[in-house]
Amino acid sequence: MSISSTTIHWFLACKASDVPHNGGVCVKYGEEQIALFYFARKDQWYATQNLCPHRKQMALSRGMTGTVKDEPKVACPFHKKTFSLLDGRCLSDEGECALTVYPVRVTDGLVYIGVSEETAMVAV
Amino acid sequence: MKIVVIGNGMVGYKFCEKLLAKSAKTSVELVVFGEEPRPAYDRVHLTSWFEGKTGDELLMASTEWYAQQGIRLHLADPVTAIDREKKTVQAHSGILETYDYLVLATGSAAFVPPIPGVEKKGVFLYRTIEDLEMMTAYALHARTGTVIGGGLLGLEAAKALLDLGMTNIHVVEFAPRLMPRQIDDKGSLLLQEKLGQLGLKVLTSKNTKKITGEDHITGLQFTDDTFLKTDMLVISAGIKPRDELAKAAGLETGPRGGIVVNDQLQTSDSSIYAIGECALYQNMIYGLVAPGYEMAEVVAAHLSSEIKAFTGFDMSTRLKLVGVEVASFGDPFSPAGNCHSIVFEDRLKGIYKRIDITPDGQQLLGGILIGEASAYNMLLQTVKNKLALPPDPATLLMGPPKEGTPAGAGVDALPDEALICSCESVSKGAICEAVTAGHESFDEIKKCTKAGTCCGGCAPMVKDIIATTLKSQGKYIRNVICEHFTYSRQEMLDLIRIKSLRSFDEVLDHYGQGDGCEICKPAVASILASLWNDMILAKGNDTAQDSNDRYLANIQKGGTYSVVPRIPGGEITPEKLIAIGEVAQKYNLYTKITGGQRIDLFGAHLSDLPLIWKELIDAGFESGHAYGKALRTVKSCVGSTWCRFGLHDSVSYAIRIEERYRGLRAPHKIKSAVSGCIRECAEAQSKDFGIIATEKGWNLYVCGNGGSKPQHAVLLAADLDSETCIRYIDRFLMFYIKTADPLTRTATWLNKLDGGIDYLRNVVVQDSLGIGAQLEGEMQALVDSYKCEWREVVENPELRRRFSHFINSPEEKDPTVKFETLRNQKKAAEWK
Repeated sequence: MSISSTTIHWFLACKASDVPHNGGVCVKYGEEQIALFYFARKDQWYATQNLCPHRKQMALSRGMTGTVKDEPKVACPFHKKTFSLLDGRCLSDEGECALTVYPVRVTDGLVYIGVSEETAMVAV
Repeated sequence: MKIVVIGNGMVGYKFCEKLLAKSAKTSVELVVFGEEPRPAYDRVHLTSWFEGKTGDELLMASTEWYAQQGIRLHLADPVTAIDREKKTVQAHSGILETYDYLVLATGSAAFVPPIPGVEKKGVFLYRTIEDLEMMTAYALHARTGTVIGGGLLGLEAAKALLDLGMTNIHVVEFAPRLMPRQIDDKGSLLLQEKLGQLGLKVLTSKNTKKITGEDHITGLQFTDDTFLKTDMLVISAGIKPRDELAKAAGLETGPRGGIVVNDQLQTSDSSIYAIGECALYQNMIYGLVAPGYEMAEVVAAHLSSEIKAFTGFDMSTRLKLVGVEVASFGDPFSPAGNCHSIVFEDRLKGIYKRIDITPDGQQLLGGILIGEASAYNMLLQTVKNKLALPPDPATLLMGPPKEGTPAGAGVDALPDEALICSCESVSKGAICEAVTAGHESFDEIKKCTKAGTCCGGCAPMVKDIIATTLKSQGKYIRNVICEHFTYSRQEMLDLIRIKSLRSFDEVLDHYGQGDGCEICKPAVASILASLWNDMILAKGNDTAQDSNDRYLANIQKGGTYSVVPRIPGGEITPEKLIAIGEVAQKYNLYTKITGGQRIDLFGAHLSDLPLIWKELIDAGFESGHAYGKALRTVKSCVGSTWCRFGLHDSVSYAIRIEERYRGLRAPHKIKSAVSGCIRECAEAQSKDFGIIATEKGWNLYVCGNGGSKPQHAVLLAADLDSETCIRYIDRFLMFYIKTADPLTRTATWLNKLDGGIDYLRNVVVQDSLGIGAQLEGEMQALVDSYKCEWREVVENPELRRRFSHFINSPEEKDPTVKFETLRNQKKAAEWK
């Protein structure tokens, strides 16, 4: 059971050139919304849920990205809560829920986001 | 060395902490006995238990902490006997411990006056968490409550009854006033009035004869033959030191209780110390936590072979009682012949302040503050350090110094010995030393000196001391933007201009590190816009903009946006009104007139923004920059064109000004207004710059704002002709843009500006820096390069593409957006 739950399904999100440098976009995956970020200076990609857990707003893809001591983060446009893009934890408020993070892979200029098989089943 | 501590309250705990900090853990064996089931908790904030804090949250430290420190902690195990010959203590459980040194921190118990009936059910003490638990259980069946004792703790207990949902609460005090040891009659009267408003009735000069009721309390019978009905009673009539153990061991105690101690807090047996509320020092019991901590410090030092003595303690206090600030400092009761009193009383606002000064007017002796106590720290320091008073000492009472008066003007005058944090007994000297050693932030100072970690009342002063210490070291206080740029905004602006940098990435490459963040990105983007006026979404600068600037609209609840077209001076034709109405109808937008005389359209989906703006631009509108740190509106009254009082055409002038500065980006938003006469219908004096018509021309006011801290604008220059007025505004705005910190409104900027309005007037009007022409030239360049950024987006397919919610489904709107209906319009669904 636990093996199947870690199986990752990679879906095609968009072209790498669709994503603004050092910013984010929102990717639709079934009924879900995933925020995808591109750190052009380091050529790094990150993906999290688009929903900010603070006020349950679909907004993180429109947030400002940046780093704190080299850890990549995003700030929600609503109240500037910041979240780590590495593990999704809230950096500005210890009591806040963490974000779900997703792995990202870029091949031939195409961006793929990895979702676990269950998520895939529910979503498709 | 083996040390046994009897008593695990706040002071007993603090002793352990301080001792361990001073000595190597291995050299000390520490054993602690506590009679309560919990380890030491914050009794000072006991009331917060009723506000939802749990017992665990009130703990000074968890049991794990004691274990980690190697302390053997015996809880719920009172010591029953001390054998001074054998140097052992016997605990209730049977444990026998030897000691080299014994520390008594047994604290105090509530003093219960010998009133017949105190044993009845429904009568409580206010001392321990267990007391609170019993009160809470009983309160379920009680509606009215009474407290005996109008001192500090009594009023806290009354607050607890309020929190328990009681109504009809009485505070009964034997003395003729509340808090008889801290405040005077007038102060008490005012406090009573304020408490009355909160539902607490105060009865003074009342002596309780007996508590009535069979099994349960039903009321109080007073000696003046009056009667008060009550379902429940809390007795908080003072404390009595817990000295019974010491007495039984033959230690010297005072006639009215308390274990007699010397300057080293040693009892009559030199290997036994007493600290906190059980200790009697020079016939005085110190019933506050700060002197208890100081005693703990002295004993910890003494046992670590440091030289330190207890020399009494200032009993000044500042606290919030049921939401009312009350403070007394120094000697609040100097005899009338030996001092002059200055009293300030505002019964409407509920403020009473009294200070006593020496007859020669040179020194402050003490005083009382009720209702507003922000001056407490400085007044206390003035008393303690015998600082010279200002020529007019009454100014000491006039509330907090205005924000922005040079930081720390007060702390400079303090000597190094001045005690800044009395809870943790940290002196100014200790803080300065820590700053010099490289701990340059408040957080670091808290960590290494503990200053400001207990009640936090000294925080502003600690910050001032950090700032002045850095300054005095000739250390330029680096007002840096964030971890990515170690420059101030002003320095950044100069560097970017000199190198002609035009994108955030270039700036980061030249002067920064890392990837930037939500603080430096908008700050740099704003500087770039103020310098070059390039389209803000171009050159990769789109993602450096603050979230609203990035989409040229204001994000609202639910994730939709609001749209504000510019309506200069608030003047609009019927045709344009209709155009706005049609757009609002077509895109189903909520419409509202704003405070800045324009119309806000709410509830636009991201992907509709370019479509909406296309129609608005076709109808002759342009961006209103409501989303930017930029010029917002220039409000106007109708002026001489219609108004019978109007001196000049304020609308035309407002439009001219709004069109001149539209799109101007600045450290913060800028608002303006023009009034046609002194009646000031446009409210120009509440704006960043405001203009009022006079018989001879225009008066120019600057640096006002509304908002949470309203501030009136001040007159910069009077009776100007229209051209001169605009030149001065050019200079003023450009000087602000170049020198202000990020996100600083003009009012705050002026408050921090050395020399204040006089300096600003010199720069702008007298051109004392010789930069007037340059500032005007720079402003003119910005005016000439203005373009409506929404027009640029509408006309540029590449930019338009960014306005969609899903990158992989651009046509689709965010399906989670929900609206509700209110008064025939839509509104955002409430968020969670």
